Amino acid sequence: MSAELQDLYQEVILDHNRRPRNFRAIEKGCKAEGFNPLCGDRVTVYLTVDNGVITDVSFQGSGCAISKASASLMTESVKGKTIEEVQALFDRFQRMITAPAETPIDNLGKLMVLAGVRQFPVRVKCASLAWHTLRSAVDARDEVVSTG
Amino acid sequence: MGAIRLDFPILRQRIHGKPLVYLDNAATTQKPQAVLDALVRYYAEENSNVHRGVHSLSGRATDSYEAARETARRFLNAADPNEIVFVRGTTEGINLVARTHGRTHVGAGDEIVISEMEHHSNIVPWQLLCEEKGARLRVIPVTDAGELLLDEYERLLNERTKIVAIAHVSNVLGTINPVADIVRLAKARGITVVVDGAQAVAHMPVDVQALGCDFYAFSGHKIFGPTGVGVLFGRKALLESMPVYQGGGGMIGRVTFERTTFADLPYKFEAGTPDIAGAIGLAAALDYLTAIGIERVASYEDELLTYATGALREVPGLRLTGTAPSKASVLSFVLGDVHPHDIGTILDREGVAVRAGHHCCQPLMTRLGVPATARASLALYNTREDVDALVAALHTVEEVFG
Repeated sequence: MSAELQDLYQEVILDHNRRPRNFRAIEKGCKAEGFNPLCGDRVTVYLTVDNGVITDVSFQGSGCAISKASASLMTESVKGKTIEEVQALFDRFQRMITAPAETPIDNLGKLMVLAGVRQFPVRVKCASLAWHTLRSAVDARDEVVSTG
Repeated sequence: MGAIRLDFPILRQRIHGKPLVYLDNAATTQKPQAVLDALVRYYAEENSNVHRGVHSLSGRATDSYEAARETARRFLNAADPNEIVFVRGTTEGINLVARTHGRTHVGAGDEIVISEMEHHSNIVPWQLLCEEKGARLRVIPVTDAGELLLDEYERLLNERTKIVAIAHVSNVLGTINPVADIVRLAKARGITVVVDGAQAVAHMPVDVQALGCDFYAFSGHKIFGPTGVGVLFGRKALLESMPVYQGGGGMIGRVTFERTTFADLPYKFEAGTPDIAGAIGLAAALDYLTAIGIERVASYEDELLTYATGALREVPGLRLTGTAPSKASVLSFVLGDVHPHDIGTILDREGVAVRAGHHCCQPLMTRLGVPATARASLALYNTREDVDALVAALHTVEEVFG
């Protein structure tokens, strides 16, 4: 197995794929549906916001290990943060997964396990689908977003 | 067949340091040197517009373009070269039929029959037509193995059925549909039959007269030719009766601001400067395949498919989707609960190119109860070694996902 593959499919990612965290619906709150028409990946992100702070967040859907693990890790890392903090985090996350290989990246804590994605440009959309969907749930637009 | 690989320059390269094992032929095929040479020769020696100029180059380009039409006629065993319309590909061929023949023959309450295994390109044009006309789309169901239920098909046919549109070979299941039987049942009721031949022509002999269909469409790039060119065969009487598709140069008889008369077949359907180089490249591909012998290709691939089916069945946790007895060139599969995308990425690192996803067949994926499949699809240059490399790479997937 190549080093890049080992980087991409780290144990943490495989674990979040097998046992996704916050994999449930939230009855009262906002939600948005994300869809990648190229591959058929689907994710629904649910959240409750109180006073500008994300008090609960969850997701459901089907997709590859990268998209599922990314959604799972995202729910863990945005809970308790303000909308502004989440937006800033998304921007940094997006920079991390699209940065040229071998360049230094920001410390994004747990989310750094997804840095290996940058060596697989065709998989960037898998990692960012849940985040785009989160953003539209925050906007409470309740519509299907597409990363195709 | 072993030396055939050498005719395809792209297959010599390495991907991530591993020899390229190209198993995505249902998406597009690679091009032999003969096709690349034909394209270069055309642009270097003959490039000119067709059917326009009085000068020598235009005459040569026209001769080559029309010779390509004759090559395509021979390849499909059509009765007349005027039954061969050059289009951009299968998709445009089907859209052409839907927008011309379809619009004049389908009305409110009429029905169009397709199948559950169709590619989006043989669903959406008919759906658009149905919406426009208030017509109804009826769907032939498939079995778990991936075969059409012919009894159900026959039951769907009635006096409101105007068109049957069906894939010759499924791009997901590999099923070879009994097109001649499908045509016979439709023709007995005077129904027009359109065949999507995109996945068939590179793998088996096709004789449109023996099939008896009214229209047959295929894409050049799936049969070792260039992208951007394809063929629509249509029975002459039908093509003559159809309204024009696009308006423009080349398809006219006489134009005044009051009215326009249209050119004869097949130019009536070829508005604007066609993909001249593409048609010439496609003819080179058809000649290449004919020289090897399409029967020989079919039997070689059949043997390779049997070998690959056996080898994949040995992979723990692998389930083939599409196990019809009459099958060609396609192996779709799922592997435990590993998502096909992850399979695709890992195989790529081993130099093995497969397709992962819904393959433009979302309704079929729903029927099969899977969000996506991984698909290895064969062509004449593939070998048992390629299949072995695929199997070895699948073991790497197991290693990662354990």
